[in-house]
Amino acid sequence: MDNHYYNAKDLSKFGNIAEYQKELADKFFSYYGEVFKDSHLTAKEKSLIALAVAHAVQCPYCIDAYSSDAFEKGYSEAQMMEAVHVASAIKGGAVLVHGVQMMNKVKEIGM
Amino acid sequence: MIKSLKVLQHPLSDSLNQLALLESERDSSQSSFKSKLEEFGLFPLKTSAMEIFQINMGKMCNQACRHCHVDAGPDRKEIMSRQTMQLCLKVLKNTEDIRTVDLTGGAPELNPDFRWFVEEIKKLGKHIIVRCNLTIILANKRFNDLPDFFKLHHVEVVSSLPGFTQDRTDRQRGDGVFEDSVKALQMLNSVGYGQEGSGLVLNLVYNPAGAFLPPSQMALEKEYKMELSSRYSIVFNQLFTITNMPISRYLDYLLTSGNYERYMDKLILAFNPETVNNLMCRNTLSVGWDGYLYDCDFNQMLDLKVSSAKSQHLSEFDADVLNERKIVIKQHCYGCTAGSGSSCGGSLTDQV
Repeated sequence: MDNHYYNAKDLSKFGNIAEYQKELADKFFSYYGEVFKDSHLTAKEKSLIALAVAHAVQCPYCIDAYSSDAFEKGYSEAQMMEAVHVASAIKGGAVLVHGVQMMNKVKEIGM
Repeated sequence: MIKSLKVLQHPLSDSLNQLALLESERDSSQSSFKSKLEEFGLFPLKTSAMEIFQINMGKMCNQACRHCHVDAGPDRKEIMSRQTMQLCLKVLKNTEDIRTVDLTGGAPELNPDFRWFVEEIKKLGKHIIVRCNLTIILANKRFNDLPDFFKLHHVEVVSSLPGFTQDRTDRQRGDGVFEDSVKALQMLNSVGYGQEGSGLVLNLVYNPAGAFLPPSQMALEKEYKMELSSRYSIVFNQLFTITNMPISRYLDYLLTSGNYERYMDKLILAFNPETVNNLMCRNTLSVGWDGYLYDCDFNQMLDLKVSSAKSQHLSEFDADVLNERKIVIKQHCYGCTAGSGSSCGGSLTDQV
């Protein structure tokens, strides 16, 4: 298949979104830059959070970017995989906790 | 332990093959380092002042690191002779501007004349840096007293430690290197190195164990200090982050791992014009084990001698001619200008 929805090279073109709406893009990238600076959390800690979130939202660009970033900032493979498990646990938990809603409904309508 | 490219008769052991690869046009978006400097009005690159004499005392080393740009190792026999050291001393005596002598290798301590050379340099009142790989201190009984020897001559010790965990260090530098490095650092600490108020300077060097650029030097130094202190009670002065140059064994790693194109793109994309004024080639002269002169250690490994045709060897050293020289630049120079910049003294710009 020649065409596909995701192209790894598109990640480096992220900044191009400003071509169609500069003002909002500038605001977003400025905000983005601020978010990832050392503050109450270190830039390194934020990178690991971003890696977990990238998996949770299943963004291949973000996974590429933050797998590199977290490894470059010194996290080990095991630490990074544990972060992915945290994302998985939360995603899985989010599904399962809705089981309570299902149970509530069934109990409501069942005899 | 891995063998050197030279012993393996690998094509990349020939600097001409390395240069041919680095200089070949990869795609239209690639710009030459020269044109990049021109774009920012920074060409030609010239020397500022000759302050540091960096001497490669030989390619012999007790380690064989996967990233080594010198292609050093136990199977390399090239070392500086006492005769060449005497030429170095003559130049140092006659050139007051050179205040610092930076001894590197290989493992410089393996040169049988190493201690004599340090003592002679000290007599000239120069500040001495030794790039000590740490494990040499434990490699043989006769090296166990190196910390005392360094202390006696007030040598600044600069040592590589690419991680504060065993995994990252051993992956790059070989099995068991981390454990021995920790022991060696503790030995250096015990004679006063890195201790506040001792005046004995111990700096560490981080370089990435993979195909990526170093993180923020400031943030990493903070982390290193905390981790090494809490895990091993080790103290040190500064951490220098150094970018791996696409030369020799690291170039081979980039090619065989399929990272070469991406790494070069990364270096080029991260070009930072603010690093150029502080490049080490501007205030350093690099001396090969055989006495030839280069703008930096990397040019030395690519056999790119200084451009001043009349002063390319210690035997014809002419400070005036060398101070006017244009620095020889090629594509590997992007390694020193990427991001926060890189030198033997760490990053070149202030970092957030």
